Amino acid sequence: MIEAANNAKKFTETTVGRNCRFTEKIAKSVFFLMTLTMVLPLLLIVGFLFYKAWPALSIDFVLELPKNGMRAGGIWPAFLGTLYLVLISLVIAAPIGVMAAIYLNEYAKENWFTRIINLAVINLAGVPSIVHALFGLGAFVLAAGLGRSVLAASLTLAVMTLPVIIASTKEALSAVPMSFRQASWNMGVSRWQTIRGIVMPNSISGILTGIILQVSRAAGETAPIMFTGVVFYKAIEKGDLLAYGLLDQCMALAMHLYTISTQVPNVPDAVPFATAVLLLGVVLLVNALSIGLRIYLRTHRKW
Amino acid sequence: MLQRSKYKVIREALIEWIIRICGISAVVFVFAIFLFVFWQGKGLIFSGDFDFWKFLTTKEWYPASENNPRYGVYALIAGTVSVTVLAMIIAVPFGLGAALFISEFCSPKLKETLKIVIELLAAIPSVVWGFIGLTIMNHLIMELFGAPIGLTVLNGAIILALMSVPIIVSIGEDALQAVPDSYREAGIGLGVTRWQMVYKVLLPAAKNGLLAAVLLGVGRAIGETMAVLMATGHAVHIPFDAEFPFLHGLDSVRTLTATIAAELGETARDSSHYQVLFIIGILLFTITFAVNLTADLIVKGVKGK
Repeated sequence: MIEAANNAKKFTETTVGRNCRFTEKIAKSVFFLMTLTMVLPLLLIVGFLFYKAWPALSIDFVLELPKNGMRAGGIWPAFLGTLYLVLISLVIAAPIGVMAAIYLNEYAKENWFTRIINLAVINLAGVPSIVHALFGLGAFVLAAGLGRSVLAASLTLAVMTLPVIIASTKEALSAVPMSFRQASWNMGVSRWQTIRGIVMPNSISGILTGIILQVSRAAGETAPIMFTGVVFYKAIEKGDLLAYGLLDQCMALAMHLYTISTQVPNVPDAVPFATAVLLLGVVLLVNALSIGLRIYLRTHRKW
Repeated sequence: MLQRSKYKVIREALIEWIIRICGISAVVFVFAIFLFVFWQGKGLIFSGDFDFWKFLTTKEWYPASENNPRYGVYALIAGTVSVTVLAMIIAVPFGLGAALFISEFCSPKLKETLKIVIELLAAIPSVVWGFIGLTIMNHLIMELFGAPIGLTVLNGAIILALMSVPIIVSIGEDALQAVPDSYREAGIGLGVTRWQMVYKVLLPAAKNGLLAAVLLGVGRAIGETMAVLMATGHAVHIPFDAEFPFLHGLDSVRTLTATIAAELGETARDSSHYQVLFIIGILLFTITFAVNLTADLIVKGVKGK
């Protein structure tokens, strides 16, 4: 009798067990809700921006010049300026960043000096964007004598994107298995030849993914370019792709959005919304591209 | 024996030197940033009548005054601190909760999707966040709280929270992933529930990494410029007081970063107003440097691994 009772007890849930499962459920749903509250705003906000911007969005909006004190017309000069800034800053930052990552991943020994470099990379990534602006103003605009120009702004952006390119490239390089390098060295191939012939080809797509991601970051930044080369308004010809010289000032999308939403009175609602959507669209598109590329690579990895 | 041509050997040595030089570029730039910003501000620092303690602790910010300009950044620091603290009160629980959910409680497929969404959230430019604060949040706060203006500490804090959550989530998730699976298995093997395992095993094991995630979120919030410039209402004002709510979320403030962004364009070069903005820059650089350094030391230990 007693034995049977004990057996029955063994398989019924105790209060402790029930409480545990209850807490578990609560914890899980609370965390789920927390995640949801972080994700939902993104969708709602993007949806709302699109809804408000819809009346003004068209291909002409991109290709037209701003009219009537930037209250009407399009955003072509700003769009072109952003394109210039992003491309020039990447042309400067990408080689330096990739080489720095090669140094850190392939050459550097594990010592205090390497640790300092790594610390510097982390800290450079954490420098506030407005301090980058001050640096750009002090170093490139004034000390280097570039004046407020496309080049000075691009250099400032390049310094800002550098640490992130270093970090992502380093990650891509360290994903190449060590045995690949050892096999190459054992054939008598030198260090640099190994990097160029084995390590780079196997990680180039990962490196590119990281660089593409920086396009979106550089396109969205406002503070660093504010005092180093970007102006409220600059008249250029419609459809002229070579409108800005390296030492000219230019307009930029992010700055344009700031200007028309805070500095210019009586702008019809749809214009800043359309500018915001366009900027957001460019940034998210580039990001999606980079994410897609990464997923594709991960599923097609050779090793 | 086969020998490479001299040209190739020299070229390779040259390339390796270029790589070494690029390797230290980050160190060079960190020093350069400090030096150049300091250089622009040094005139005022060494001018004799600049009292750094007074600069930090007085609240009169009248930089444009003709006959008696006063530079006290206390109110601006209060602005930065209030917005950052409120943002972290929102972002830390949500960020760490989301990191826990993504890392421990959801299916692999949902995990992939959520990570992508978080990454996209991180990609939204700060000026777009500022615009959202200026338009959408502004109206929401005015309607929900009946405030006369919606550009407030609360507005800036919500925007900053949404901006720093992706950092907290991704770094927090890394920290949780870094806990060896054997810890989890040992817990589950003892028959505890997942939540008990998270609470008793995972959180203590990952606490340094999670703390670093929070610190990096703080660093981002302090350094953020455009979003707070557009969303916090731009009034030099101290939103605390000694009585109960302590922090008035519906007051407008101005932060250190926003002050530089708003005023630098209007100052004459080498005027003392111009130089004081660079001193604020040094202050910001020092604060974020300290925050990032602490985060790194917490993760890697003082000696490094």
